[in-house]
Amino acid sequence: MAAVTETVDQVQSVEKYKYGFVTDIEADQAPKGLNEDIIRFISAKKEEPEWLLEWRLKAYAHWLTMEEPDWPKVNYPPIDYQDSYYYSAPKSAEDGPDSLDDVDPELLETYKKLGIPLHEQEVLAGVKNVAVDAVFDSVSVATTFKDALAKEGVIFCPISEAVKDHPDLVKQYLGSVVPYSDNYFATLNSAVFTDGSFVYIPKGVDCPMELSTYFRINASNTGQFERTLIIADEGSHVSYLEGCTAPMRDENQLHAAVVELVALDDADIKYSTVQNWYPGDENGVGGIYNFVTKRAACRGKNSKVSWTQVETGSAITWKYPSCILQGDNSVGEFYSVAITNNYQQADTGTKMIHLGKNTSSKIIAKGISAGKSQSTYRGLVKMMPKAEGARNYTQCDSLLIGKECGAHTVPYIESRNKSAKVEHEATTSKIADDQLFYCRQRGISEEDAVALIVNGFCRDVMQELPMEFAVEAQKLVGISLEGSVG
Amino acid sequence: MLEIKNLHAKVGDTEILKGLDLTINAGEVHAIMGPNGAGKSTLSYVLSGREGYEVTEGTVSYQGKNLLDMEPEVRAGEGVFLAFQYPVEIPGVSTMNFLKAAVNSVRKYRGESEFDAMDFLKFVREQTKILNIGDDMLKRAVNVGFSGGEKKRAEVLQMAVLAPTLALLDETDSGLDVDALRIVGEGVTALRSPERSMLVITHYQRLLDYIVPDVVHVLADGKIVDTGDKNLAIELEKNGYANYSEAAA
Repeated sequence: MAAVTETVDQVQSVEKYKYGFVTDIEADQAPKGLNEDIIRFISAKKEEPEWLLEWRLKAYAHWLTMEEPDWPKVNYPPIDYQDSYYYSAPKSAEDGPDSLDDVDPELLETYKKLGIPLHEQEVLAGVKNVAVDAVFDSVSVATTFKDALAKEGVIFCPISEAVKDHPDLVKQYLGSVVPYSDNYFATLNSAVFTDGSFVYIPKGVDCPMELSTYFRINASNTGQFERTLIIADEGSHVSYLEGCTAPMRDENQLHAAVVELVALDDADIKYSTVQNWYPGDENGVGGIYNFVTKRAACRGKNSKVSWTQVETGSAITWKYPSCILQGDNSVGEFYSVAITNNYQQADTGTKMIHLGKNTSSKIIAKGISAGKSQSTYRGLVKMMPKAEGARNYTQCDSLLIGKECGAHTVPYIESRNKSAKVEHEATTSKIADDQLFYCRQRGISEEDAVALIVNGFCRDVMQELPMEFAVEAQKLVGISLEGSVG
Repeated sequence: MLEIKNLHAKVGDTEILKGLDLTINAGEVHAIMGPNGAGKSTLSYVLSGREGYEVTEGTVSYQGKNLLDMEPEVRAGEGVFLAFQYPVEIPGVSTMNFLKAAVNSVRKYRGESEFDAMDFLKFVREQTKILNIGDDMLKRAVNVGFSGGEKKRAEVLQMAVLAPTLALLDETDSGLDVDALRIVGEGVTALRSPERSMLVITHYQRLLDYIVPDVVHVLADGKIVDTGDKNLAIELEKNGYANYSEAAA
């Protein structure tokens, strides 16, 4: 509650994209371009076992046979996949820091500027700690609270480290939710993924702190292809946060990530994202192409996965965090706020695939379009023949600011079970002049009023975010919409 | 305090205010009464700076400054408050949050320190007691699902916390039953002070039983056509506006 007001107080003091700086750090890069040798180079850098290299090469061979999807409602010039670097690591991180004391001060400074604590603070009474994995271009540069988590048996480390230290777990689950052949961008990721986070919560463990990963693209002309894998074993619980930023550059940069979640019997995973990649300037120059595949398998009975996303950045967003509801009584949720301004384009939504009995899913999607942007909600709800008594509730609301933007809703519903129930509600509205005048008459400036009204519109989603992120996200709403009125 | 001279204003191509003159001194409560379509609401919107109301002639000086040059939020900062005839709904934004955003914006404008959440709660509770407003209403979204009486009480609460020097009350009695009218009227009266001027716009005399005006004006066809004391309002209640409409025509 206080946070909205704080937004109003602080929005104007914050520059448009405060994360747009570049860190001047010596980097170790693979040669430009994409071919088998580059993939071997990445795999060798990571000292990977043979099976993983094979898997990468298999993905690459498959990728060569695929075509870039053209069904999303987004437009961009063809991407030259040979004109990009696929591996870039700060030199200082070459050998991997053994402890936080070994992390390059330049990097620590970068994360400090981003507002991300890379030191392990003392636990204040009643305040939950947040463990952070910091991924800088192609490598993880620091992970905090590893020891404290290890005491509970929780594994939280860079995925490249998990490949070495926990090969069986990685081998068992990697690609088990998003197979290497899944789609164009996921397949590309399978071939060239560099780093990302790995999480394993053992049976019956309630993860003692929030886990989070901050992704930062720094090097120019570099794609970021991270891969995250989270496994919640029987009866375990975890809340995971993800944040992303990048410098302001005139060229577009590719980000194609894959996130796989596995929830076994009675386990639940809460996955929250605040995506704030550089969106490009007000003329649509530059910005990140964000093509992401996120999918959760609710494999066990009574398992639950909840996706919450606040998407404000990127020139193009293409992402559909999904749930495969396999276990009986499993639950999938998707809460989304997608804000587009200027020339941004977002085509985002979810897929809820109901396989098990009495599975239920809930989708709350809020799209806000301003400037000349285009925002599309695309969602699939599928009830398979064995999904006796399955339920879905979908609500899609669009808010338009100005006359030159667009909002589109594309719901696909497929029901092959007569006992399944699917509900869909959709609304489209505009910020009314009388709402703006009412706020301004009370002393609230026009831009603050827009932030306030939009935050109100997104409230159902914002309240799903963990406290630490909610404040940040509400501020972001205001910043993203700067210059959208008047 | 407030000095309006020869004010002409139009909405679209229609001239609504046709040379209105009005002076209100600090601490005075003036009532403006008049038939429907006389320009009562237009006057309140022109003074608060709503878009679409174009001033074609005349001046409005407020505390020595040209009010017409200011953006609506600046006027609010300068102490102009409008209690809306039809308060606007803002879904998802709690009344408490809205009040805090408004009060802190205005305090910032006035160079005063902003309230933190705890201090603000204390500050608001002092006011809600007087207006018989429960915490429940503060938690609900601004005006969403409010009854007519709740909406008007919320307007008076906003007025109380924003501490204006000029309060414009646009048909604050509309949609109120007798009990709600009394609560709202007493709430407004409690806010009278030597530094605060009020302009009470109303069609009926009944609100003026609770908010007793120092001066009563009759507005007809875009001009002030008569001015008197509170007895003028009682007379109007008896005889209606027929005489003025003819006079204006």
